[in-house]
Amino acid sequence: MTAQVITVTSGKGGVGKTTAVANLATALAADGKKVVCIDGDIGLRNLDVVMGLENRIVYDIVDVIEGRCKLKQAMIRDKHYPEMYLIPAAQTRDKNAVSPSDMVRICNDLRPDADFVIIDSPAGIERGFRNAIAAADRVLVVTNPEVSAVRDADRVVGILEAEEKGSPALILNRLNQALVRNNDMLSAEDVLDLLGIQLIGIVPEDESVIISSNRGAPVVNDPKSRAGQAFRNIAKRIQGQDVPFMDLDLQSGLWGAIQKFAGRK
Amino acid sequence: MKFFTRKRSAVSAKERLQLVLVHDRTDLTPAQLEALKDDLLKAISQYIDIDREAVQIGLEREGRSQRLVADIPLLITSRRRAG
Repeated sequence: MTAQVITVTSGKGGVGKTTAVANLATALAADGKKVVCIDGDIGLRNLDVVMGLENRIVYDIVDVIEGRCKLKQAMIRDKHYPEMYLIPAAQTRDKNAVSPSDMVRICNDLRPDADFVIIDSPAGIERGFRNAIAAADRVLVVTNPEVSAVRDADRVVGILEAEEKGSPALILNRLNQALVRNNDMLSAEDVLDLLGIQLIGIVPEDESVIISSNRGAPVVNDPKSRAGQAFRNIAKRIQGQDVPFMDLDLQSGLWGAIQKFAGRK
Repeated sequence: MKFFTRKRSAVSAKERLQLVLVHDRTDLTPAQLEALKDDLLKAISQYIDIDREAVQIGLEREGRSQRLVADIPLLITSRRRAG
């Protein structure tokens, strides 16, 4: 095995990076892959709560870097998927506790024994972001169809190009198809045209994401969730499968019901 | 579109983003772009007469690449040197 290292980043905070990491990792694990997630947000640890593993943390990534534990000791095994692990961020306030070369070293140590290493980048374009992209073979940029998120995503794409990290792929998160239809939200086509990068998935706005993160159980485990389906599809595309994009028009309750009633789909 | 309705917000969002991304990507503020235009026109005017009113200079994007596009009409004047 030689793991592919995938970094999930966004520029702007709050667009759904951590949710995307937890869900993609879980979907990959459900497909039988061995996955290690790394929370790159030093000082603002969150991937642990989204994955429901907060009570199992003993050591974190800074403990590994500073030699207080072995890498394996900081890898928390998931509750449901024994082949999925989390390396939690430290809650230290020292922003320089991790360097890009530390991340490269840790990822290289993980590569032989995993299929995927997924790094949750912090928001922003500073040290933590630089750390998160240092080891990446592939970068996924998450954005929402909102002006601030798209603008920040464009900054990040520009930096990735300047760093010769290759062109990242886009996850458009929280698309509200009813608003798009009403021309009150940027469409996927608009965002792709603005950013000029390839698309790897569109995740519809879905309240089941909040409900599942409340429970610490990623939404991909919910077979009825539209967002869960979208993340499962992205995980398949990461594995090189050609999965058609979802028909988002089916998502909105009333309109979907009318369409079904009218026998349109 | 009906003239009495406001432009749909997604249209405004896209138009505003198109502009702001061009400036972000080039690291050029609108004021700097204006200064660039002035300098460019000054330089060109030393050689030929141009129709300053009709000049169009702007940044355009194509995918992720940017270009500075200038459309500078020349004035049709009697040849100054002929006289």
